[in-house]
Amino acid sequence: MIDQAMQSVLGWWQLLPGGWRLLLWNTGKILLVMIPLMLAVAYYTLAERKVIGFMQVRLGPNRVGYHGLLQPFADAIKLMFKEVILPTNADRFLFLSAPVLVLGPSLAAWVVIPFDEGLSIANIDAGLLYILAVSSVTVYGVILAGWASNSKYAFLGAMRSAAQMVAYEIAMGFALVGVLMISGSLNLGHIVHSQNGGILHWHLLPLLPLFFVYMISGIAETNRAPFDVVEGESEIVAGFHVEYSGITFAMFFLAEYANMILISALIAIMFLGGWLSPLQGIVPDSVFAIPVIGLLLGHGIHWLIFKTAFFMFNYLWFRATFPRYRYDQIMRLGWKVFLPITIVWLVIEGLAAYFKLPPWFN
Amino acid sequence: MNGFDSNELILLIPEIFVLATACLILVIDLFLSEQHRNVTFYLTQLSLFFTFLLTLELPSDTVLYAFNSSFILDTMAIVLKCAVYVVTAGAFCYARPYLKQIDLHKGEFYVLGLFAMLGMMVLISANHLLVLYLGLELMSLSLYTLVALNRDSAQSTEAAMKYFVLGAIASGMLLYGISILYGISGSLDIPLVADSVTHSLFDRIVLLFALSFIVVGVAFKLGAVPFHMWVPDVYQGAPTAVTVFVGSAPKIAAFAMAMRLLVGTLGDLHAEWQGMLIVLAVLSLGLGNVVAIAQSNIKRMLAYSTIGHIGFILMGVLSGTAAGFSAAMFYSIVYALMTLGAFGVVILMSRAGFEAENLDDYKGLNEKHPWFAFMMLVFMFSLAGVPPLVGFHAKLAVLRAVLEVDLVWLAIVAVLFSVVGAFYYLRIIKLMYFDSAESELLIDKPLDMKVALSLNGLLVLGLGIMPGVLMGWCFSAFA
Amino acid sequence: MSFVQVIFYLFAVMMLVAALRVITVRNPVHAALFLVLTFICTSVLWLMLEAEFLAIVLVLVYVGAVMVLFLFVVMLLNINIESLREGFVQYVPVGILIALALFVQMIIIVGPNHFGLQDSVLTIGPNYFAQKNFAYPAPAAAEYSNTEMLGRAIFTDYLYPFEIAAVILLVAIIAAISLALRKRTDTKRQNPAQQIQVRKQDRLRIVKMEAEE
Repeated sequence: MIDQAMQSVLGWWQLLPGGWRLLLWNTGKILLVMIPLMLAVAYYTLAERKVIGFMQVRLGPNRVGYHGLLQPFADAIKLMFKEVILPTNADRFLFLSAPVLVLGPSLAAWVVIPFDEGLSIANIDAGLLYILAVSSVTVYGVILAGWASNSKYAFLGAMRSAAQMVAYEIAMGFALVGVLMISGSLNLGHIVHSQNGGILHWHLLPLLPLFFVYMISGIAETNRAPFDVVEGESEIVAGFHVEYSGITFAMFFLAEYANMILISALIAIMFLGGWLSPLQGIVPDSVFAIPVIGLLLGHGIHWLIFKTAFFMFNYLWFRATFPRYRYDQIMRLGWKVFLPITIVWLVIEGLAAYFKLPPWFN
Repeated sequence: MNGFDSNELILLIPEIFVLATACLILVIDLFLSEQHRNVTFYLTQLSLFFTFLLTLELPSDTVLYAFNSSFILDTMAIVLKCAVYVVTAGAFCYARPYLKQIDLHKGEFYVLGLFAMLGMMVLISANHLLVLYLGLELMSLSLYTLVALNRDSAQSTEAAMKYFVLGAIASGMLLYGISILYGISGSLDIPLVADSVTHSLFDRIVLLFALSFIVVGVAFKLGAVPFHMWVPDVYQGAPTAVTVFVGSAPKIAAFAMAMRLLVGTLGDLHAEWQGMLIVLAVLSLGLGNVVAIAQSNIKRMLAYSTIGHIGFILMGVLSGTAAGFSAAMFYSIVYALMTLGAFGVVILMSRAGFEAENLDDYKGLNEKHPWFAFMMLVFMFSLAGVPPLVGFHAKLAVLRAVLEVDLVWLAIVAVLFSVVGAFYYLRIIKLMYFDSAESELLIDKPLDMKVALSLNGLLVLGLGIMPGVLMGWCFSAFA
Repeated sequence: MSFVQVIFYLFAVMMLVAALRVITVRNPVHAALFLVLTFICTSVLWLMLEAEFLAIVLVLVYVGAVMVLFLFVVMLLNINIESLREGFVQYVPVGILIALALFVQMIIIVGPNHFGLQDSVLTIGPNYFAQKNFAYPAPAAAEYSNTEMLGRAIFTDYLYPFEIAAVILLVAIIAAISLALRKRTDTKRQNPAQQIQVRKQDRLRIVKMEAEE
């Protein structure tokens, strides 16, 4: 019976034209990434409330499900069934397409993320540039949301975010140039490979300033605390998405968290060796050959998840710790501190590359 | 095309030096307080002086190439570059006191001026259409900014806007022409393009299409009629300190651009562009000289006189002979020197709160300051083409070249319009020498400007008596 | 029509329509957004030519930075397009006439038969046209990297123009700053260096008070 079913499915598969098979295959791969990602986003929101609750000596949500574990689903269902309110005189088309423009790029960027050796949806050569380009499109959604809402607060938030995102994108881009210089490739898989050979070979040490610049710029780029003037609730209510409700608001929400996870994953891939095990070179190679322990200690996707989780936790930690930056301070930090740091470090890196400084440049 | 040889960099020493000093001055200026702004000026002049020396050190007897032959160093390049340095140094000398009196003495003026000069140098030495275009843009962008430098003046802003928009259109035309040339030849290297123009079996009409766009672009940049509309407004609207620069050195670079594009790249189409240039030249001569008579503002008058002189430069180029090219080259250098001096006098006469822009402001200059009245006389006579002065030799050389190619009627037209043009130059002399002063005509300019102006006048006078040296250089450029 | 051709025509048509909308649409914000769409479609077409570096950089630079600032300005200025259109009707006939003349001229003069794209015209320029007919470009080899090739070309053959372009950008910065920067004296500026050097005793005064009865 099952055999027959398998046979008929396989037969169907063979019958499909090549293009369709490719399409289905890719859709499958995308779903394989998207579903865990969406789950991660859902539980990230819960984790945020729990972690901040813990830091503020509160319990956090604990009513829905065991210790509040079903809270994300309750939130999702609530948001889905709420009415989407269109403000009067809003630009209807742009108002509704803005959330899509925010969520789309933040999901599209996952296409090139390598989860493990050869495990990515698309292995493209200019992956790093692709990520930069795609994430730079996000800002449109934010600006359009602010503008199309026909509301002063929303517009102020949009203007703030446009300036902030453009400013920090430059610092981020330069930090990535540093990564590019040391790895000699724009392909994210190659970037991870160039860090092979133990914890010392990771880009963290040679690019330490760039690592910090990238990490902090990443927080500014996602408009998270302490750089959340874009939605600073004490000043402009909720900033660019103040007029959004229901599912449209949920999409902004999803995009923000998906972006946070994306940035964390990128930091892990570019500076901390992605799926590479930190134990490489510390424990003897024979350990990696032991059946189960070897699998756990050796390279693998779990290391990437672990590293990503660390930076995701950082986001929450920072939010609970730092007071909000003032707008001019944000601009000063981006243009006058980060940009010079990255440029100076690129020069230093160039010198190191010229003199073939081991173990990174040889 | 295989990389580049770092030894070739030696040929670009002047360019590299100018770039380095411009950046250095930009940074140094940042740390200077308002009262030490003169240091920027002295550093700029010093860098111009050393650039001049460095250029003289380059071998001038052979044609040399660098960067996969996208850079060319021939006699024309060296002579024109040296002329540009001299004119730029003079323009800065005149600009400083004027900028001080209108509270605009900023380091950016000198830095942008140096960058504009760098653009001219790149343009003069371009042997690649892309390099030529980039040099042109570097020069133009700096000049647009200089014109707009007095940002609180509506007139300056308007002039800069017109200059910018029309300049952008001209660049667009030029680029379109260049892109069609690229389509025809598959290359942007000037010798390769010229070669494929000669050998191509394409319809002539495609080449003509490209040619006409390039001619329009060049005419825009030169300010030839009917593409002259920006010239009077920019000359009048810009601060005089900027006008003196915009009106002088870029003309030399524009001549070089015309030579590299029309003669170097499309030399084979000489018969075709000769006709176009004849139209431009006759219109420029006519409109420039006639409309200048009607002007009461001296900056505007000099702008129209520029248009008339452009006609002469075009005449030299269109003759298509070595004698014509060298005559046009001589003319453009001499013209830059004369205009420099004429605007120098305008600056000299103005003082805080008073712009000596009206012709009547020059009444009776001879009574108060006979020496500077004499200088102005020299410049005006020279611009008009009165015999012992250098302007005469320039006109004569161009006319001779035109006569050689049997364009007698063109020569006659040019002479006729020169006679018409002489009227408005002589009117200023009449005002200076035969009218009595209406105001006190104070001159409060520093010594260095007076010395520079005097040297400028004596140079025009001296070149008029002994034109042989400069003429010799110009002839050797096309020998 | 193959799949690639479908994609090509889809994006080419979308690009043209978007480009047309840039100049016909009334709302300047919409016009800017259509320009963004044009860039994105262009980028897709470049991707199909295996020029992935240029395609992505087009999105990164023009869509991600230039147009954002452009949109920013358009939104802030809130331009009244109607007043800009005054006199538009009066120039339309002349405009159409010139456009038509140019169009006809281009069709006649720069049509494909003048560029050796058709078999009828042969070219014998020395070495420049080995082929008289441009074949469909062969797909690049697997290890071909567009980025690397561009990098090589820019830093060797085209180093000189590249450097000049850099200088032009520098001039643009100087120009923008010198034209736009106004040092205002009436703002309440803060000096962060001074701010973080503040000590407790600078701000805090401890006053001992008698406890009230």
